Amino acid sequence: MLFKKPQVAFYPFMVLRDDYKCVRCKSCVDQCSFDATYYDEDLNMIMNHHENCVNCKRCEAFCPTDAIKVVKNPSTFHPDANWTPEAIRDIHVQMLTGAVILTSTGNDKPIKNYFDHLLLDACQVTNPPIDPLREPMELKTFIGRKTDQLQFDSDGVSIKTTIGKQLELEIPVLFSAMSYGSINLNLQKAMAIACREFGTYWNTGEGGLHKSLREFKDHTIVQVASGRFGVDLEYLETSAAIEIKIGQGAKPGIGGHLPGEKVNEGIAETRMIPVGSDAISPAPHHDIYSIEDLRQLIYALKEATNYEKPVFVKIAAVHNVAAIACGIAHAGADAIAIDGVRGGTGATPKSLRDHVGIPIEMAIAAVDDRLRKEGLRNEVSLIAAGGFRSAVDVLKAIALGADAVYIGTVAKLAAGCTQCQQCHTGRCAWGITTNNPKLAKRLNPDIVAENLYNLLRAWAHDIKELLGAMGINAIESIKGNRLRLRSWGLTEQENKILGVLPAGM
Amino acid sequence: MSKKRKLMKVYPIEENCISCRYCEVACTMVHSESKDPVKAYKLENLLPRATVEVKEAVSLSLMCRHCKHPFCFDACISGAIMVDENGKVNLDEEKCVGCWNCVLVCPFGAAHPMIREEKRHSFKCDLCGDRGFPACVEACPNRALIYDFER
Repeated sequence: MLFKKPQVAFYPFMVLRDDYKCVRCKSCVDQCSFDATYYDEDLNMIMNHHENCVNCKRCEAFCPTDAIKVVKNPSTFHPDANWTPEAIRDIHVQMLTGAVILTSTGNDKPIKNYFDHLLLDACQVTNPPIDPLREPMELKTFIGRKTDQLQFDSDGVSIKTTIGKQLELEIPVLFSAMSYGSINLNLQKAMAIACREFGTYWNTGEGGLHKSLREFKDHTIVQVASGRFGVDLEYLETSAAIEIKIGQGAKPGIGGHLPGEKVNEGIAETRMIPVGSDAISPAPHHDIYSIEDLRQLIYALKEATNYEKPVFVKIAAVHNVAAIACGIAHAGADAIAIDGVRGGTGATPKSLRDHVGIPIEMAIAAVDDRLRKEGLRNEVSLIAAGGFRSAVDVLKAIALGADAVYIGTVAKLAAGCTQCQQCHTGRCAWGITTNNPKLAKRLNPDIVAENLYNLLRAWAHDIKELLGAMGINAIESIKGNRLRLRSWGLTEQENKILGVLPAGM
Repeated sequence: MSKKRKLMKVYPIEENCISCRYCEVACTMVHSESKDPVKAYKLENLLPRATVEVKEAVSLSLMCRHCKHPFCFDACISGAIMVDENGKVNLDEEKCVGCWNCVLVCPFGAAHPMIREEKRHSFKCDLCGDRGFPACVEACPNRALIYDFER
């Protein structure tokens, strides 16, 4: 291609346009935020720069006459199991740029999904299933520290024991941390509205809480990360719980970098940094180098908020996750959030996203086991995150030992996301991971809040149906109940780690 | 014109408009003979009555505002523009002689000229009179158009 490096011609996607159906309304030209579509006045035709197309499918979705299809480029490299087109293109990018390849969303490699190898039980003859449409079903979940034992008054009925503040969830699903900056205010607002309506919680991420969202205080988890953006007493108090972010499944062990150009006035005010300055989250918390240091921060936050807020600690699922989780429990956290290898992000080096961390299924099983062995399981709730796709995944995670599940990508998908992996560019054509005012207005918070509410409602129905089939009428009864799971196609070692029996046993 | 107007109008909401042109294409389609968007543009040579105005982040769909004191009504030389008892401004394309006075005086640019082989006339939003509900409002994917009583 003229004036381009030769490798640019090996682009992965193409825009096909049925010229008969095209009425030249130029909707696609306006919708494309990657400069892949333009109108040529002389030819009176819509043309494409295929090399810029990222397959976000915005033009396809908004073509009023269905004239557009974005397809894989049929021109491909020689078939090679080792040198896949992705491997070749990555080399091309790095040899041209000399830089780390940035990407976003979650791991897209075919890492074995253990949820797909787990099967749920159902009742037959000897124990009756329950019809969730006729009988009450309880999905209510409490997140927070539970007591070791109950003490009763002299009447033997009234409970003397008091327990700390708990988060009350109508469904064991929360929206995971996505910061203002990585996503825009419209999606945060949509999540907040959906949470208030349904009775669950959303997480601010590390970018602070915008003042317009303070009214959702009772359904907000505020995050304290290594950059400490937007953290002050008011922020900590405008919450239902506080989460200390140590790591993230998509990029364990590294920090974050919101480029200065993206830091507009709203973000600057919320993050408490100057407009246009880079927002850098260091890889470590510079005041945490041990479990004891973590304990200091946990108790500093509890002290600051008068012990009224549960404090969560979020870590990425890494090799020694069970031991680390125990340390966190000892440090006094009320809940541990664990983000698996499939967890998503707004920007990460590709090598970290695809190759660092362990699957969340293994992490849940290992952490739940270890906490039980140490007698700590009641002291912390366990929130699993990273790649949950459906209500079935949620239920399987709970059966493996999680208390609740964080969903992030699902929330983005409900807002229109097509997983094109361009969040880090800030050009999201669906108006989700961008703060460009022209693009951000594409996300109508009222519509997306309805979508999210519908999604939670659908998942609640799904979980109730599955529980009913198992003859269980409360989510509490399946929690950590791995006897109701069987595996297929797993090795003995995998079954041992997951703590499940193979199908047939 | 009666003093009590009970007119439903289409209101654009700028903050929600994503400049997708659904309103334009829906408008063209429902005003066509074929009721097919592609044929409406390509065979019937129709144009939309609502137009999306875009400037950077600002965009909105613009169509006849059915003004309380319509300049087009004053300017019309052929009696093609009439105001009904509710205040709706109607344009009779048969009566129109194509002088473009309405096109010139409309402060919103909502009246458009149309030149066809057999006839020249102007055209503008008729609130989808025979359809019952404006097509642009129905088609809008981001709730950027609402159909409501005049405020």
